[in-house]
Amino acid sequence: MTLEPGLYHLLTISTGLFFIGVYGFLTRKNLVTMLMSIELILNSVNLNFIAFNKYLWPHRLDGVFFTLFVIAIAAAEAAVAIAIVINIYRNNRSINVEQTEEMKY
Amino acid sequence: MTGNQIIFYLLALLTLGSAVLAVSTRHIFRAAVFLLFALMGMAGLFFWMNYAFIAAVQIVVYVGGITVLIIFSIFLTQETGEKLPQQLWSRRFIAALASFCALAFTLTQIFQHTFNASKQTAIEVSVQQIGLQMLGTNQYGYALPFELISILLLAAMIGCIVIAIRLKPTS
Repeated sequence: MTLEPGLYHLLTISTGLFFIGVYGFLTRKNLVTMLMSIELILNSVNLNFIAFNKYLWPHRLDGVFFTLFVIAIAAAEAAVAIAIVINIYRNNRSINVEQTEEMKY
Repeated sequence: MTGNQIIFYLLALLTLGSAVLAVSTRHIFRAAVFLLFALMGMAGLFFWMNYAFIAAVQIVVYVGGITVLIIFSIFLTQETGEKLPQQLWSRRFIAALASFCALAFTLTQIFQHTFNASKQTAIEVSVQQIGLQMLGTNQYGYALPFELISILLLAAMIGCIVIAIRLKPTS
């Protein structure tokens, strides 16, 4: 591993970001903070796509398109998730996952 | 170290540091602001790689859209200024251990693998190229996924309205 930034450095950053998101998803109990962890995970995937496009397939643009589609899906997912969170808060007065157990049984 | 390297490592430090703080702080509003900085660092990395269009989309959609949405939902659902309850020490330890083991495994796999770059000449990533290919219907065109995404966004928009609407109680 050299000092000059390259593909491996970018993959290291995106792997670190992915598992930071996984750690947040496992430890948080609040629905909004869990959503933030999911955003971090999706972003690390974007960095992967762009790095592969830049260093491995510089003659094509596929990574750029996949990144654009991932960003669009992340925006739709965040909007739906926040609508659900606000609805849960209206019914339960709390957005803690441990108190969201209406569908448990 | 050249300026290129210094900028890269600063951006990497900003991204990873704010991501760690975003998942570990107990003030929910601070977590949202650290998430904002992490997303800005990602946009900086895209600029560093010369993908200016992706960086602009990242800033517009993530920093301008999703983070503001998250902050609004925090205001609507949370008493600001109150700390989140402390998690169990064992749960945090086990989550950190699992994440770290998976991280180490993935990194060893990545560093043992040699990637084969294509030998063809690179093309310039301009907005014109992206637009022509995204709406193209020829071999490498992305017109069909583009239309699918637009239907998905419409469905998500209608779904949000249906989920979050409050019906008046019928007497």
